[in-house]
Amino acid sequence: MVEKGTSLLKMMEISVAEAEKRTGKNAVNMQETYTVYLIETSVEHIIWTNPVPDSLWRRYSEFELLRNYLLVTYPFSVVPPLPEKRAEFVWHKLSADNMDPDFVERRRVGLENFLLRVASHPDLSSDKIFYSFLTEENGWKETVFETGFQAKADSRLKALNATFRVKNPDKRFAEMKHYGDELQSVISQLLRVRARAADRLYGVYKVHGNYGRVFSEWSAIEKEMGDGLQSAGHHMDAYAASVDDILEEEEHYADQLKEYLFYADALRAVCRKHELTQYELEMAAQDLTSKKQQREELATGTIRTFSLKGMTSKLFGQETPEQREAKVKMLETQIEEGEELVKERNTECEEFVKSAWVDIERFKEQKDHDLREALISYAIMQISMCKKGIQVWNNAKECFSKM
Amino acid sequence: MSEVSMTRKQQDLILPNGTPVDTSSPASSSSLLNRLQLDDDLDGETRDLFVTVDDPKKHVSTMETYITYRVCTKTTRTEFDLPEYSVRRRYQDFDWLRNKLEESQPTHLIPPLPEKFVMKGVVDRFSEEFVETRRKALDKFLKRVADHPVLSFNEHFNAFLSAKDLNKRQGLALLTKMGESVKYVTGGYKLRARPVEFAAMGDYLDVFTQKLGTIDRIAQRIIKEQSEFLMELREYGPVYSSWSSFEEDLHDPLEGVSGCVSNCSSALEELTEDMSEDFLPVLREYVLYIESMKNVLKKRDQVQAEYETKLEAVVFREDKKTPVPSDVEKCQDRVECFNADLKADWDRWQNNKRQDFRQLLTGMADKNIQYYEKCLAAWESLIPLLQDKQDAKGETN
Repeated sequence: MVEKGTSLLKMMEISVAEAEKRTGKNAVNMQETYTVYLIETSVEHIIWTNPVPDSLWRRYSEFELLRNYLLVTYPFSVVPPLPEKRAEFVWHKLSADNMDPDFVERRRVGLENFLLRVASHPDLSSDKIFYSFLTEENGWKETVFETGFQAKADSRLKALNATFRVKNPDKRFAEMKHYGDELQSVISQLLRVRARAADRLYGVYKVHGNYGRVFSEWSAIEKEMGDGLQSAGHHMDAYAASVDDILEEEEHYADQLKEYLFYADALRAVCRKHELTQYELEMAAQDLTSKKQQREELATGTIRTFSLKGMTSKLFGQETPEQREAKVKMLETQIEEGEELVKERNTECEEFVKSAWVDIERFKEQKDHDLREALISYAIMQISMCKKGIQVWNNAKECFSKM
Repeated sequence: MSEVSMTRKQQDLILPNGTPVDTSSPASSSSLLNRLQLDDDLDGETRDLFVTVDDPKKHVSTMETYITYRVCTKTTRTEFDLPEYSVRRRYQDFDWLRNKLEESQPTHLIPPLPEKFVMKGVVDRFSEEFVETRRKALDKFLKRVADHPVLSFNEHFNAFLSAKDLNKRQGLALLTKMGESVKYVTGGYKLRARPVEFAAMGDYLDVFTQKLGTIDRIAQRIIKEQSEFLMELREYGPVYSSWSSFEEDLHDPLEGVSGCVSNCSSALEELTEDMSEDFLPVLREYVLYIESMKNVLKKRDQVQAEYETKLEAVVFREDKKTPVPSDVEKCQDRVECFNADLKADWDRWQNNKRQDFRQLLTGMADKNIQYYEKCLAAWESLIPLLQDKQDAKGETN
């Protein structure tokens, strides 16, 4: 097995090679069509490499299960996101249909990306469930459920959605959460406007194709001008057709942005988890303090805190010394337990902060690097588009000048 | 007359008749020459008449507000008293000229004027763009007349270019309007068949009008789509800016992208404006030109119809030995003159059309090339900025 800390990717090649449509009966015994993805792995041996990679088929819901498991099991990790379930931020040409071949293809790439990210994560890559996801086709689901993560998942979900106020959150986590919110908001906006702009750009290019047709018709009634017009028309057709490739490339850029849109969510989940652990620590500490206060009151006889029991005993007479001693003893036990709990929770909190912050720093570096790369490739795409435009119009200009 | 040569640009000019040219006034020859040297050479023809329209000015009076344009002429023709003129004319003066030309030279194709009526409230008659578009069209109109071997010698054209006060002339013209127009307007004669070559012209013009209409619609649609794309870009760029405000490492790259998008937006705006101001008006002008040509063809038909009808009447009434009466002969002459003039004008028009459209479409291609070049420059200059930190980081690792 893989040592903890070493990336699985160093030992194994992983790819999502293909996608296929299947039909079968679902949980409610109805026919359904779904897509499965072929995961290929090949382990590198010192002596030889596998001539034929191992492979198995998984569907999207199984990927989701894996991710949910990882989220619960590694709450201090920024868990890589899955590609979107349904196509969002579409511009008019892209189908929002999950069965659309373009969507399936982009999802295949996204799923491969997800696996590679997990496999190169210092903590997640050594997980057994992850390994068996890649290598054991049958019975994997049962294995996952056997870990009992489902129970944790439910309470986690409840906690993440609950509102509570933390008195002393770690400032860095509060800032990170805020950053996650802003990142999510700005990328959503960017994707939305980009989709609208893509729609418009498509229109601009395609209308130029009409020039092709009219130039051709016009050239039929011309003598000397005819040839020039006709060939210019062909270039206009080429120009109109070129937008399809341009926009397909831009979709890759959009996918890169989308990954970080979803990553922002994962980041926020970690910050939220910190708040939760901090809150639980604060609750335990608060509880302990109040119990200690109660003990003090019983010992000195002064009542500083209001208690119904205290009031009733005042009204209906003092308690017996035996009763009082029993109470004190109970409190002492509770205080001991409370102190243990506070210590526990404190350690939990500290460890969480430590591990989470390490992963957050790792994530920050990864994000800066990846997004910079994405911007560079976006600029390169724009440059290529401009160069193509210059070429086409130069060709057309040559034809016009020969008119 | 001496040819206009490039080397004389800088020197003080002395005209062939010995008078020095006043180079201080804006209408002086040197500045005129500088402008004119950019004009196309008409197949090597030597020109002796140069006309330009420029310097629009707004005039506000109690009665009305209107624009006048300066019309500058430089010529060596003896038909003109002076070698150069500078007069101010308003649109209705151009309109007067065109009407006079149509009446006095009905066998010739008169170039079109930009549209007379503009809907108040829809178009601002005094906006810079509108005035400039109109000026260009008026300039073209006069140049086309000046280049025409017959029209350029028309007395009304001469008056238009030289008379200080055109209104007087206009007044006189109104009186003679009736008389002149009777000459060629014939009524109700039916032409049996248009001769093949003129029918071909008619067919060509019909199809050509259609195609120009289509091109106009396409160009308008492109401008609309580009404008909407521009709107999105203007929203798109700033998002990168607001993103950069809460990033550290990525701050500069994101700002850079925002700046790039902004540059591309400006370039696109320029392209759209240019197409609106330069491309569409010329297309529309040609549609008007075609209408003029069609009208000339119709007039020709009328003249031929009159001749044929009169000829038939004579043939029916008398026997063939009687000589053809003189008025029928005159009709025949008119037909032959008209046909000759029209054919010559048609050839000239076809030639000009070819040049005009070559220039127009090449111009359109150029504008698009310039747009892409500006965008290319912006994105290319961004790449080193985006990669910069990476290299620095690589060095410290």
